[in-house]
Amino acid sequence: MARHTPLHSAHLALSARMVDFGGWDMPIHYGSQIEEHHAVRRDAGLFDVSHMTVVDLHGEQCRAFLSRLLANNIDKAATRGKAIYSCMLTETGGVIDDLITYYLEDDWFRMIVNAATREKDLAWIRQQAEPFHLEVKERDDLAMLAVQGPNARERAAGLLPRELATAALELKRFNALDADGLFVARTGYTGEDGFEMVVPGDQAGDWWQRLLDAGVQPCGLGARDTLRLEAGMNLYGQDMDEDTTPYEAGLAWTVALEPADRDFIGRAALERQRADGVPCALVGLVLEGRGVLRHGQRVICPGGEGQITSGTFSPTLEQSVAMARVPTGTSGRVTVEIRNRELPARVVSPPFVRNGKMNPAIQEDS
Amino acid sequence: MSEVPADLRFLKSHEWARLEDDGRVRVGISDHAQEALGDLVFVELPEVGDELEADQACAVVESVKAASDVYAPLAGEVVEVNETLNDSPELVNEAAYGDGWLFCIQPADAAAMDGLLDAEAYAQLLDSE
Repeated sequence: MARHTPLHSAHLALSARMVDFGGWDMPIHYGSQIEEHHAVRRDAGLFDVSHMTVVDLHGEQCRAFLSRLLANNIDKAATRGKAIYSCMLTETGGVIDDLITYYLEDDWFRMIVNAATREKDLAWIRQQAEPFHLEVKERDDLAMLAVQGPNARERAAGLLPRELATAALELKRFNALDADGLFVARTGYTGEDGFEMVVPGDQAGDWWQRLLDAGVQPCGLGARDTLRLEAGMNLYGQDMDEDTTPYEAGLAWTVALEPADRDFIGRAALERQRADGVPCALVGLVLEGRGVLRHGQRVICPGGEGQITSGTFSPTLEQSVAMARVPTGTSGRVTVEIRNRELPARVVSPPFVRNGKMNPAIQEDS
Repeated sequence: MSEVPADLRFLKSHEWARLEDDGRVRVGISDHAQEALGDLVFVELPEVGDELEADQACAVVESVKAASDVYAPLAGEVVEVNETLNDSPELVNEAAYGDGWLFCIQPADAAAMDGLLDAEAYAQLLDSE
């Protein structure tokens, strides 16, 4: 039986097309995925992301625990409200999940992990947290809304009490605030500016309606996927999993090997891989010509074979883009097998889209 | 609810076929099919002159979400393709039974139309899905 978010009936009322996503019955679009995509790039869009898992950590040793759990260094979150993006790894360096951790109080950190990995994440976190005497609290009483787009912050702030609105608009990127159970973070998964708001589940419907009334367009998980891919953001389970290290998933920037004495889970395996050489890399591909790159397609490279991990038609660029795992050192042009045809694609560094337009760095002549 | 025009014949795989006055058969995908696929971004058409067998995969409609083969409803020669779709694949979403048609066949035997689902049978198929 598929799980429902508190906004399930609101989606049905808008005639959303629903799909199963990680065990949740979620909207894929409300009519046109492409129009929803453009709404986020040009104005403001609203996503129900209540299927994601909010985990609160309480206890004096939160920081020590996170320093052990996360491949990124939690001490980069040095001021209250600051967040970091990180992977948590197995002992062999495989990615268990990617997540955002917010520093709210010295004895309170909030983690937001993926929906599809909820059970294994919670089990892993609880197991690792034991020696640190923490309370690990799954907040399934909360709902989460993402308001994203160039006009999103302004629209959302207009609905907040005045003092809170000012504070929300002053948030720096990757920072959050919590005011009596209303959590507002300047984070997202679209490549646009915006907020992710965590509210009590029984108030979600009210927030949803007020945001729609403020002119924010409802957007489904379909647009969320094309937006994140254009922004060069990985999707867990597609672009990385427990069989890939962060180095093989374009996430080297999230691994903090300094300070050298921080003993995080997976560190030894990553150091070994670095010394031996990382065999493959996650790169961006832009398809030359017509067709659509998709997950699982074979990529023929000068140095061997690779595979598309995520591919789609980019509504902003009006051509197909993808992320692909290819032999280390692959650059220039490769060939992709699409439905028994071989088509050329160009290797680029994501993001594909920046500030609502093609990232100049991926243009052919640059 | 998807529309099912009474003058069309259908395949279980959601193609429609219309016998025109000049004896040609116009082919497209049903309204139900376009709705299930979502926004189309790419249509690969057969070439004029191609000889098709019945049930042969001869075109591809691709949406943001998925690619789907289109099968020939009956045997014959492709005599016209909807070139407009190369630049405007969204026409299939907007008018699956109208401007979003895919290609025309000169059928080897127009009587083969009788072997296809009529509108009522197709509507029943949709209900049962």
